[in-house]
Amino acid sequence: MSAQLALLPEYLTAHVQLTLLALLCSAALSMPLGIAVTRVRWLEQPVLGLAGVIQTIPSLALLAVMVPLLASMRLQSIGFLPAFIGLTLYGVLPILRNTVTGIAGVDPALQEAARGVGMTPRQRLWRVELPLALPVIIAGLRTATVWTVGIATLSTPIGATSLGNYIFSGLQTRNYAAVLVGCVASAGLAMVLDGLVRMVEVGLRTRRRRLVGAATTITVGLYVYTAVTLAAPLFSSVDRPVMVGAKGFTEQYILASLLDQWVERETGRPTAQRQSLGSTVAFDALAAGDIDIYVDYSGTVRAHLMGRTTVGSDREMVLAEVRAFLADEHDIHVAATLGFENAYAVAARATQAEAMGLTRISDLIPLGPTLSMGGDFEFFSRPEWVSIRDTYGLTLSNQRTMDAALMYEAVAEGAVDLISAYTTDGRIAAYDLRVLEDDRGAIPPYDAVVLVSARLAREWPDVLAALGRLEGTIDVESMRSMNLRVDVEGVDPSAVAAAFIATLTDTR
Amino acid sequence: MIELQHLAKRYGDRVAVRDLSLEVAEGELLVLLGGSGCGKTTTLKMINRLIEPSAGSVRVDGDDVSRLATHELRRRMGYAFQQVGLFPHLTVGENIGITPSLLGWTDDAIRHRVDELLALVELDPETTRDRDPSELSGGQQQRVGVARALAAKPRVMLLDEPFGALDPLTRGRLQDSFIRIRRDLGVTAVFVTHDMVEALRLGDRIAVLHNGCLVQVGTPGTLLREPANDYVRQLLDTPRREARLVDSLLSHGPGPDSR
Repeated sequence: MSAQLALLPEYLTAHVQLTLLALLCSAALSMPLGIAVTRVRWLEQPVLGLAGVIQTIPSLALLAVMVPLLASMRLQSIGFLPAFIGLTLYGVLPILRNTVTGIAGVDPALQEAARGVGMTPRQRLWRVELPLALPVIIAGLRTATVWTVGIATLSTPIGATSLGNYIFSGLQTRNYAAVLVGCVASAGLAMVLDGLVRMVEVGLRTRRRRLVGAATTITVGLYVYTAVTLAAPLFSSVDRPVMVGAKGFTEQYILASLLDQWVERETGRPTAQRQSLGSTVAFDALAAGDIDIYVDYSGTVRAHLMGRTTVGSDREMVLAEVRAFLADEHDIHVAATLGFENAYAVAARATQAEAMGLTRISDLIPLGPTLSMGGDFEFFSRPEWVSIRDTYGLTLSNQRTMDAALMYEAVAEGAVDLISAYTTDGRIAAYDLRVLEDDRGAIPPYDAVVLVSARLAREWPDVLAALGRLEGTIDVESMRSMNLRVDVEGVDPSAVAAAFIATLTDTR
Repeated sequence: MIELQHLAKRYGDRVAVRDLSLEVAEGELLVLLGGSGCGKTTTLKMINRLIEPSAGSVRVDGDDVSRLATHELRRRMGYAFQQVGLFPHLTVGENIGITPSLLGWTDDAIRHRVDELLALVELDPETTRDRDPSELSGGQQQRVGVARALAAKPRVMLLDEPFGALDPLTRGRLQDSFIRIRRDLGVTAVFVTHDMVEALRLGDRIAVLHNGCLVQVGTPGTLLREPANDYVRQLLDTPRREARLVDSLLSHGPGPDSR
């Protein structure tokens, strides 16, 4: 718990930065727009319609869509900017809708009185319509505040640090203390910000200047803090740290910590991590230079990025193919092959496999229609699954998509019969599962490769050399036992990584 | 002072006001009298352009009002609304001072004027000034409405059934106050009502409107002695008819059932 709390200042600050700036821009965008809509009535339907459409996009998808969108405009495509833009768009609707409703709801008799006493249209807006619509507008602002704080936790997969880092990594590594800290902190932040907006409202309504003053002072203070913390890196003379990326599962957290500690130890350069990135987000981030290093798998690169639908089964050939493709197409380099493979595998409970006589995937062919299978979020849409299905002619009774961390429990408890396991996963042994042999070679090889950006290769040869020294140092048993320690024993990934580095340097 | 020439208002095919010409002399109070939908409020609102006429013109002090900026025109005329229309987010004092503040008066001048007006409409400045309009009774709110209309010392006042929603006793007291205020200030006024007694009490002259047309205009005496047609005769006979009804009820008891 104390290890988790130590991260709180960083995550909370990042979360506050994102939320406050996004809310400011939401309000700055939607209030004038709402006012404009009440002046030019034909705008109302299209504008509210568009805002409504944005709102119907699932929040995670809206944030994820920002990544390719910004990349196509050659802007920073992962990290703060896409999260900020997505959150801003998300906050527009409640404020916009309430501004329009609030102004439209002003009593026509008062509108006429405002004209009758001789107000110009502008004076009517500022002296009558806005003050009277204020409670409704503020209600919209409060909705937007609570939503934005909550949805900001989803900006972790697109590379923006937030309180979501606790939740995503905590769920993956079964660190429920981290999940708890993340949830409590974000709920607390939502309540504090909502309370501030409410204070302003009550103060204005009851004409208590001191209350408004206090709330305004705190709010301004928070914005100053945001501005200062955001601007600080711009003025610091320290080199930009070597940025290590991690996708959102246990092995990636361990490897990112391992590379991070290794580079810092070997080169003395400052390092930092971007955790819980979406699978393609990590690659896009590397290509764009937003991160410098991350670990990917040869089969993943080949299937997702090279678009190969056939399955190459030879490890060395696939590696060579991937290496050449990355260098030619993206100027990305393979600094090291770590030595282990993390392939997809089909796994079943050992007891059930024993009872049904399952050892190979081809044993599933006659039984398929009676079996159900769980897969991670990507699995059933990946070429590997298509290849397994078509090579073996498998049909299953049911396919269920679930969080990778929950998949193992699901099969162990019999909620599903099969899962798409990963060969390095410590939970295969921990849950007493059996990996079925791929007897027809349908699953491609997945060598773990350390990918580095063009810039790192060019500007930091010492880092490149240090990474090269990791070539072939992690075999599949080591990786599996490291995963086991995190997933089952609940050890912190960075501690596991540190222990491994200690063994490396001892033998040197 | 105020001249309406061939004034008309159409909403699509419906005619609200038809070819109406009238003059209001300096210091005079003209009542626009008629039943619901006769066009009296529409006519009043065309004077300060809360409603734009379809045809015809309005001149105030010889100036064609369509040539003036609407907000400047309206600041020169006080307007008292049927629904009062006090702003609920402003205090009583701020409501009264609103037109002066739009005209850029100093805070001191506004404060002084607000207290003067509160006293004029028989409200205690000390206890009323800083209250919310919602804390006042209907009659008090309407007094504040009249004070607001008078705030910028207009030479013309437009009043749209200002006492219409009040109980008869309160209405009577406000009429008394209004007669006194007008005598003190000598403003020119156009006063819309459907209440015959009110029209006869307040009006220097009465203009009777029916279905958007001006039927007759004249002093209360002229109208009573020489009604132009049956409609005017019936309308002006209303108070006497009601009085006779009351007399007969008093002498014969309320009705057959309770006899």
